[in-house]
Amino acid sequence: MDKPFRILIAKPGLDGHDRGAKVIVRALRDAGFEVIYTGIRQTPEMIVAAALQEDVDAVGLSLLSGAHLTLFPEICKQLKKRGLKDVLVIGGGIIPDEDASALKKAGVDRVFGPGTPLQAIVDYLNEKLRVASKS
Amino acid sequence: MRAGEHAAASRALSLVIDEDEASEILAKDFFKSAGTVQKLGVSGPPGAGKSTLTGRLIGYYRSQKLKVGVLAVDPSSSISGGAFLGDRLRIMEHATDPGVFIRSLASRGMIGGLTHTIFGAIHVLEAMGCDKIIVETVGTGQDEVDIASVVDTVLYVTTPAMGDEIQAMKAGAMEIGDIFVVNKADLSGRDKAVSDLKSALGLGQSAGQAAKAWEPPVVATSALSGEGVPDLAVALDGHWDHLRKSGEGRERLKKQHATELQFWVHRHVLKNALGRVTDKLLEDLLGHRIDPASLGRKLIKN
Repeated sequence: MDKPFRILIAKPGLDGHDRGAKVIVRALRDAGFEVIYTGIRQTPEMIVAAALQEDVDAVGLSLLSGAHLTLFPEICKQLKKRGLKDVLVIGGGIIPDEDASALKKAGVDRVFGPGTPLQAIVDYLNEKLRVASKS
Repeated sequence: MRAGEHAAASRALSLVIDEDEASEILAKDFFKSAGTVQKLGVSGPPGAGKSTLTGRLIGYYRSQKLKVGVLAVDPSSSISGGAFLGDRLRIMEHATDPGVFIRSLASRGMIGGLTHTIFGAIHVLEAMGCDKIIVETVGTGQDEVDIASVVDTVLYVTTPAMGDEIQAMKAGAMEIGDIFVVNKADLSGRDKAVSDLKSALGLGQSAGQAAKAWEPPVVATSALSGEGVPDLAVALDGHWDHLRKSGEGRERLKKQHATELQFWVHRHVLKNALGRVTDKLLEDLLGHRIDPASLGRKLIKN
């Protein structure tokens, strides 16, 4: 059995709406991922420290409060600073399409808006992480 | 890694847990630090507040300038192979403290709730210089027996709301707990729960169990408020003292190494022998051309 992929799901900032994140956590677990959920009100430092200690393959950031252009790039920057440049970063929540390319430049590989089928997220992660683990 | 660097420790843990070939060389070195510091096991039924209590203990040890390493184990789904590792969630206040290292582990199919790589993971924490190591496991009533073969001091955590549990007290938990904690002490029924536990423990003694040199204390705590945590720490230190002063510490460590050896041999026999079971061999069994014992012996020999 191949070892499962490990993903950290975190909610940075002050947004407390965690239902979506919890749905993702369950879906990923049912798809064979080891999911570490760090809950709400996380600072970038806390998220990056957790990603480091848990040696995750990916980080999923959930945000509905509109602060994604500030928080997501900051988290990507800190991940790189701590040597975690190979960790795949994805985002979800209320994120306008027009911000996706700015986020991509900052290091967020994909953004999944509300209504994205869970299977699409699972397939994307499996595909990207399988490629990454081969290299 | 021996300097306590988190990045190095994290990589080392992954190599050991994923059973990477490189890990065996590292494991040999890490083992040199085995048995040097106290390992606590936090066990008990779901909902007892184990994670929150662990968080409080970490806080207490940090106030004493001690470095803490935590392994939080949660079960993997036998269907999907995935896991929800949610213990870290309750101890995020220590996330950025460089003196605290927390790793969440999935059981990855190991029966008993503990992954067979738990020993390797513990040795990584020992080698990186942790002063206290905490292993937190899910307690479903049968796993507790396993945690006792891995750590030095077992904490069994219940709450006043679990009164019936305490009354019926599963034999396994009663025998392996070194310290019993009644958490959520702010709930009503706390005093009754404490006295029920104490009498249940006393019954065990009089019912013919050999007189123990260590009498497991019952401590009431409220992980939310922090009440009782210093008393718990004192009890934990007391047990560690007892282990070191009596011969029991050495005996326990011997049992831990025996269990680690058992896990390793078991795992490698499985990998080597069963890894070579082909469908053709299974068909041979179906066709009665060979029997399981003869086939098994063949596989082990080669």
